[in-house]
Amino acid sequence: MNTLITLAIVVGVFIIILLIVIGLYNSLVRKKIDTENAWAQIDVQLKRRYDLIPNLVETVKGYASHERETLEGVIQARNQAVQITSDAAHAGQKAEAENMLTQALGRLFALSEAYPDLKANENFAALQEELTSTENRLGFARQHYNDTVARYQEALQTFPSNIIAAVFNFEKREYFELEPSSEAREAPKVSFS
Amino acid sequence: MADHGHDPRAFRKRGAASGPDRDAHEPPVPIPGMEHIPGMPTPRRSGDDEPRKKRSSRPRPGPPGPNDSLDEAVRRQIRAYPGTITYLDLIRRNKRASAILVACMILLAVVVGVTIGAASSLYVAPPNSALDSPLSPMVLGALVGGLLGLVISGAGAVWAFNAGANAILRMSHAKPVSRERDPELVNIVEELAIAAGIPVPKIYVIGDSAMNAFATGKDPEHAAVAITVGLRQKLTRDELQGVMAHEIAHIRHYDIRFSMLMAVMVGLIAVATDAFLRVTWHAGHRTRRSSREAAGAQVVVMLVALVLAILAPLIATIIQMAYSRQREYLADAGAVELTRYPKGLADALRKLAADTDPLVDTANRGTAHMYIVNPLNKMRRNPHEVSGPFSSHPPIAKRIARLEALMR
Repeated sequence: MNTLITLAIVVGVFIIILLIVIGLYNSLVRKKIDTENAWAQIDVQLKRRYDLIPNLVETVKGYASHERETLEGVIQARNQAVQITSDAAHAGQKAEAENMLTQALGRLFALSEAYPDLKANENFAALQEELTSTENRLGFARQHYNDTVARYQEALQTFPSNIIAAVFNFEKREYFELEPSSEAREAPKVSFS
Repeated sequence: MADHGHDPRAFRKRGAASGPDRDAHEPPVPIPGMEHIPGMPTPRRSGDDEPRKKRSSRPRPGPPGPNDSLDEAVRRQIRAYPGTITYLDLIRRNKRASAILVACMILLAVVVGVTIGAASSLYVAPPNSALDSPLSPMVLGALVGGLLGLVISGAGAVWAFNAGANAILRMSHAKPVSRERDPELVNIVEELAIAAGIPVPKIYVIGDSAMNAFATGKDPEHAAVAITVGLRQKLTRDELQGVMAHEIAHIRHYDIRFSMLMAVMVGLIAVATDAFLRVTWHAGHRTRRSSREAAGAQVVVMLVALVLAILAPLIATIIQMAYSRQREYLADAGAVELTRYPKGLADALRKLAADTDPLVDTANRGTAHMYIVNPLNKMRRNPHEVSGPFSSHPPIAKRIARLEALMR
């Protein structure tokens, strides 16, 4: 009788532990999938931006063709960014290339301030709204991705899910960070004289 | 210049990225009054265990503070909420509250059904008419009434859950907006849906010159935001983003589910109470001529009926209002979590407070709590309006003050 009770208790405890392990494992998987989904969203927005840029450059060319340096800078930055495989594993590299592109675009828009005709162009205004929105989307997608990574990372490092993560080999995810070397974006050097 | 490392809106349309306080990452001052919200789960610190990420930093000019490791950004964002709750806690709470609400409403319907059944049994068969116990027709009536109440309220709950949002939108005369009609509004909502990690809600416009907006739906997959023409026209892009972020936060928190159920229930209770009072009055009137004991039983039933008829809508309203006041603060905090830019929403609220014609014609007592500011209150221009148990919204001045506390 006594051994039966002990056995029942042992089995019960085992089942409870098993359930906890399953729960922790599933929540880790869910968090990982969240980061992947969030990354996919960044990717969508990056593509949207790549598609908008040639259009934008063409429009600006019509009004400010002599600003070749800036225009080429944008094209170059875009082509560089396109080449980097975009998956969560290359987040760091991709972020760097995208930052270059963001800076180049910033210069382009700062430049547009000096051309009233360009600013009055309807096409340019629509493109600017689209690009503004895309930049916002990109920023928000990045913010959302980083939030999911933070939640995932927290689960990877806190007890008891860190044990499960170690046993089942859950890998760390990289943040999509903007490097602080973006002073060019903050203060575009444009001469209005 | 502040570092815009975490600023999702590096490109703003005009005069944009110049706010020096845009991105200060120092922990905000605790928000007055926001620390103690009853019924909140125990605060939990999320992100505090994050290691500080190493990064190649070089000395930068500008104000101190934005020593922006990502953890700091994440922590700050979480602190936009009172205490250290996250939106995940709010979702759990709202789902639970919605289930409890539905259960309570069904229970109430059963009680009301029982009462009506008992009361109308007097009308159908006066207690002294039969030779056996005078209670049995009453018991029978109570049973039938209770069962009817259960079935009707159950069906009503299913309907409210699935079709409530559409009913509310129709009632508010909201019309869907296309990208062609208003690309900026559609863009803003799409952007924020990305920030919140939810599907893009349907976007509606209400043809009213008052400034207001609301969100509804049963879950983020079936959600809608609606904004009045007046508000749409008077806001800048940043302010509009703040307002939409507030609505998206309602969606993300599942506030929409609770408030939708509330709106439908309040409407149904109003209708039911009306019908119910008529029936009991009628029943009482008819049996007035019968014997004394019968009259005694009747008076008891009628008293219960009257008390229910008066209390039910009253309690519903108080719950409705109390719940939604908290939710407004939390949605403001959620909006800041999404945009990281409290100023946008604060400026929008200031404009809303100054609205000279704040009455939304299609809003009623049932739907008032869903709006970003009270659509019924003529006195809204007084920013220090008192917030009693019957006001559906916290004073705008208080909301602005809390947002400003986040700006530092």
